[in-house]
Amino acid sequence: MTRIPNSTRREFLGRGVLAVAVLAALPAQALTGNQAIALVRATVDEVLATVNSGRAPAQMYPAFQSIFNRRADIDAMARAALGPTARQLGAQDFAAFRQAMSGYIARKYGKRFQEFLGGRIEVGAARQLKSFWSVDSTAYLRGQTPTRVEWHVSDRSGQVRFFNLIIEGVNMLASEREEIAAMLARRRGDVRALIADLQRAG
Amino acid sequence: MRAVPIVLFLGLAGCASAPPGEIADPFEPMNRQVHGFNKSLDAAVLRPVSQALAGGGQPANGPGAMEMVGNFGSNLALPGKVVNSLLQGRPEPAARNMFRFLVNSTVGIGGLFDLATEDFNLPEVDTGFAETLHVWGVPAGAYLELPVLGPSTQRDLVGTVVDVLLLDSMGNVVHRDVARAGLAARLLSKAGDRAQFGSTVDSVLHESADSYAQTRLLYIQRRQYELKEEGEVIDPYSE
Repeated sequence: MTRIPNSTRREFLGRGVLAVAVLAALPAQALTGNQAIALVRATVDEVLATVNSGRAPAQMYPAFQSIFNRRADIDAMARAALGPTARQLGAQDFAAFRQAMSGYIARKYGKRFQEFLGGRIEVGAARQLKSFWSVDSTAYLRGQTPTRVEWHVSDRSGQVRFFNLIIEGVNMLASEREEIAAMLARRRGDVRALIADLQRAG
Repeated sequence: MRAVPIVLFLGLAGCASAPPGEIADPFEPMNRQVHGFNKSLDAAVLRPVSQALAGGGQPANGPGAMEMVGNFGSNLALPGKVVNSLLQGRPEPAARNMFRFLVNSTVGIGGLFDLATEDFNLPEVDTGFAETLHVWGVPAGAYLELPVLGPSTQRDLVGTVVDVLLLDSMGNVVHRDVARAGLAARLLSKAGDRAQFGSTVDSVLHESADSYAQTRLLYIQRRQYELKEEGEVIDPYSE
């Protein structure tokens, strides 16, 4: 009778757990282009319904933040916007940053959503890009030339979410990464001061 | 004309190139000073003027005065765009802009009305000598912020100078004063753009933590997009 040494058995067990964890982390089925398009359609419908609800702009911000919390992968966005600093943060500080950033984005971009009043957004095709899908859309706003907006959608968070917008070639995450780096530099690298600033900005 | 040698020097001196995704900005200290000047100019003059323009309200029917000024200026810039498209080896946009010029100059009453877009569904194909240089393989070079004119690159600056000279040579085609009026109209319609994109400009110029860095990033990304170059792709899940 062969006895498996304890250490080997533990290692075997460890590998098994690891394999299960990896399998669980992988999406059961890869995200399809149609699922990505469906997410963009749903998001666009919710944003336009809010804009056209006739509420005062300041009252729309909580609604935008709620749409954003349900439809966007704020975790990934916060990590990308904060860059290498994100990895040095404790879980609590990162959660506070993430929360502050979601409010900041809702106010900053929500302010501009007033331009969508009476406009429409046509959602186009999806194409694969790196590990995610890019969904094309065109915003037709009153008295303006049509604006092209691309939505970057992924299900790597476990749910189908968007994490970036490319508005006429302008990369929202790249722009916010630069802005947040500048805000952090102004505070000489103090992340808690940055969080306090973000809670007021936008 | 005296500025041309300086411009060409700035444009061609040590055509700095940056790794993809990054912006070559060896003149940053000088650029930041110019940016400070442009920003106060915007706050003191452009913003109040454009707010007054935007507040004036548009008539319900037909183009407003500002739009007609813009139409007039861009119509006179069309022959230069035709030449550039041909230099790029792109006959289709050249033919389209030539047709626009003929229709708008005649039926559109000297370019005041843009009938080519409204009646023939032929919107302008925007181009310039900077794009021609790009097609010829000239890199963008270093980032520049120019007084009054705003963000640019070495390649875009050379392109602008050549476009203005080409446009000036329109004096041979139309009356010299008409060509000058066209240039003035194009500058004036810049103020109209400031009015239309007012909230965007305000947010970048007057509300961001580092308006210089934001302006630079936005300009470079917009240019890459206009020239159909692949922009930076951020994949937060690829690590």
